[in-house]
Amino acid sequence: MSGQRCAVVGIGQTKYASVRDDVSIAGLLREAAVRALEDAEMVWSDIDAVVIGKAPDMFEGVVMPEAYLADALGAAGKPMIRVHTAGSVGGSTALVAASLVQGGIHDKVLTVAFEKQSESDAMWALSRPIPFAPPTLAGAGGYFAPHIRSYIRRSGAPADIGIKVAVKDRLNALKNPYAHLHMEDISFSKVEESMMLWDPIRYLETCPSSDGACAMVLAAEPIGDAAASRGARPPAWLHATAMRSEPTMFAARDAVNPRAGQDCAADLYRQAGITNPRSEIDMAEIYVPFSWYEAMWMENLGFAPLGEGWKMVEEGATALDGDMPINCSGGVLSSNPIGASGMIRFAESALQVRGMAGEHQVPDCRLAMGHAYGGGSQYFAMWLVGAAKPG
Amino acid sequence: MSTSAGETRVPVMEAPNVLEFPFSRSTGPVIGAFMTALRDEAKILGATTATGKVIVPPLEYDPETGEATTGLVDVGSSGVVTTWAWVREPGPKHPLAKPFAWALIKLDGADTALVHAVDAGSPDAMSTGMRVTAHFKPEREGHIRDIECFVPSSGSAGGESGTPSGGVRTPEEVFSSGTAPNEGSADASTGQADEAPGPVRKISTPIELVYRFTAGRATSRFVRGLLDFKILGQRCPSCTKVYVPPRGSCAKCGVATEEEVELPTTGTVTTFCVVNVPFYGQKIKIPYVTATILLDGADIGLFHLIQECEADEVHMGMRVEAVWQEPENMVPGLEAIQHFRPTGEPDADYDTYKEHV
Repeated sequence: MSGQRCAVVGIGQTKYASVRDDVSIAGLLREAAVRALEDAEMVWSDIDAVVIGKAPDMFEGVVMPEAYLADALGAAGKPMIRVHTAGSVGGSTALVAASLVQGGIHDKVLTVAFEKQSESDAMWALSRPIPFAPPTLAGAGGYFAPHIRSYIRRSGAPADIGIKVAVKDRLNALKNPYAHLHMEDISFSKVEESMMLWDPIRYLETCPSSDGACAMVLAAEPIGDAAASRGARPPAWLHATAMRSEPTMFAARDAVNPRAGQDCAADLYRQAGITNPRSEIDMAEIYVPFSWYEAMWMENLGFAPLGEGWKMVEEGATALDGDMPINCSGGVLSSNPIGASGMIRFAESALQVRGMAGEHQVPDCRLAMGHAYGGGSQYFAMWLVGAAKPG
Repeated sequence: MSTSAGETRVPVMEAPNVLEFPFSRSTGPVIGAFMTALRDEAKILGATTATGKVIVPPLEYDPETGEATTGLVDVGSSGVVTTWAWVREPGPKHPLAKPFAWALIKLDGADTALVHAVDAGSPDAMSTGMRVTAHFKPEREGHIRDIECFVPSSGSAGGESGTPSGGVRTPEEVFSSGTAPNEGSADASTGQADEAPGPVRKISTPIELVYRFTAGRATSRFVRGLLDFKILGQRCPSCTKVYVPPRGSCAKCGVATEEEVELPTTGTVTTFCVVNVPFYGQKIKIPYVTATILLDGADIGLFHLIQECEADEVHMGMRVEAVWQEPENMVPGLEAIQHFRPTGEPDADYDTYKEHV
């Protein structure tokens, strides 16, 4: 990876919930940002620049929210940038923030991503009739369900893989105090019997609709070194960062296993000198809004051979005690403030290598992946973070 | 009028595209207290900062320092116009139906100015530095529009006293001291509950945006074809793939697509979804099937509805055909095709469409 070394020295999350009507949008971001500053042992005046991200403005009906949020994020007199790459935005926002440190522009960058889904209806916002097109849009599930059906046909996966992922992630969420869904009674039959919303996607195989924000402080090497020497809250070091995108529609596009995702992962592994990602990476937090996508992304990320991602689920490899733990936090399936969901993946991977993931900590986690995707599987953002500095 | 030689330009198609939604906004404690005081006390609150300033309307965080504001204080309902602009023709969503001024008004006791409407009758009656006074609506709901407008202050004193009353309050104190707008005057004998409505924590902010959607040349040709009961695709000159609907370019090769290809109305279902989710603005009764249909001779799937069979009968490889709208119901766009329906032919062999699954 080129550029200056960069460390995650502060992480803050809100408790994710279906409705946070006790706070404004600004108050929601503030909560996460204050926690990240406290974790970093910093105050507002320490921060050099602010980078924020969220999904489409139609989700809250606030156009250019970054203008209104500058006060809440202490951004007066500082550079403030807003990033937008649909559902992957939380990941790409963190990477834009990281690039400011890696490029030697700033030493301490606050990055925040959020969504307050309770102010609107994402189904509505994603299903607007477009003139001259048929009225077939039916939310994110309506777009992704046919691709899941294609994956099942191509791989010959058993029909219950999506159910198994849904149960695993909700069990993991019970170990994460910030998770939105805490379903004590989650079970295979409960998922199986839940309503078929977008066949083949059942209700409990989908992500919830959440309010929430996630924040991180990214800092230059000397600040990371200082955090390491204080010891109580060690830094996570960036080992690799990558983003890729591709058009949503072109002839012979593989929407199940998109080229942009494969290329993004390959770039990441090249930067970190990784040849066998499954054995060299200790855990991954990946963007799985519909449970089947865990199996699909195992292949796209090169953790499993083509057509065999579902076997990792079936064998329990992706469980907290498996050889490739995926979404130990409960993942997007347990908390989905859309714009923040990607950043939560990145933050949770950093918490793991910092040894600060609490009950959902993977033992001796040295290298972890954060992953996000968005749009019609057209935007990808990924990073690898380590407990030690990159070599 | 002479015209120069050249191509005949066929106009692109246009259609209205309206976005509207009743967004609900959580106010948070500070803005919530401001709105509660407007409603219950007909008072305007400012936020105090650690540096001793009063921000009106209140903010949760001091823009100068980033620190949280420290409390709420009443400011006067009169103040000074610091700048203004005259609105000759009020729009449908403006606060007043007659010409008025948008003005920045620095209320007595405030350090920042509030934007609001001033009803002065004529621009000649407006001036920077003039004093104005808030005119509250009698029925208030907890919204900035509880102030109907500001009016020029009467009398030589230039309006009521500029001294704000009371000390610094917390949002909780504002919430608890509030009285319902009509409390005290309500007739108990009517049996009306007349309960205090509680603090303002949420407001509705309906938003409507009216766009004019322009289709572009490729889509316009496609739509005009549909009105003639024809499905027109375009072939990429580089990869030779046939796009339908045509987009005027091949996203893979990055080149314009010009060659037009008429496609049959038959095709194969490559994959699909049974939609069983209700949502705001939905047009079709659930459950319904949306499918990717690979028209015979096309190289990209078309997304449309499958009907005239049960949802659970739809499957990959099913052969389907387009059902056109009746001529009297014809609409420009892909809705010219009502839906696709099974042809009854044997399923397509998987190998013939597996590249599209």
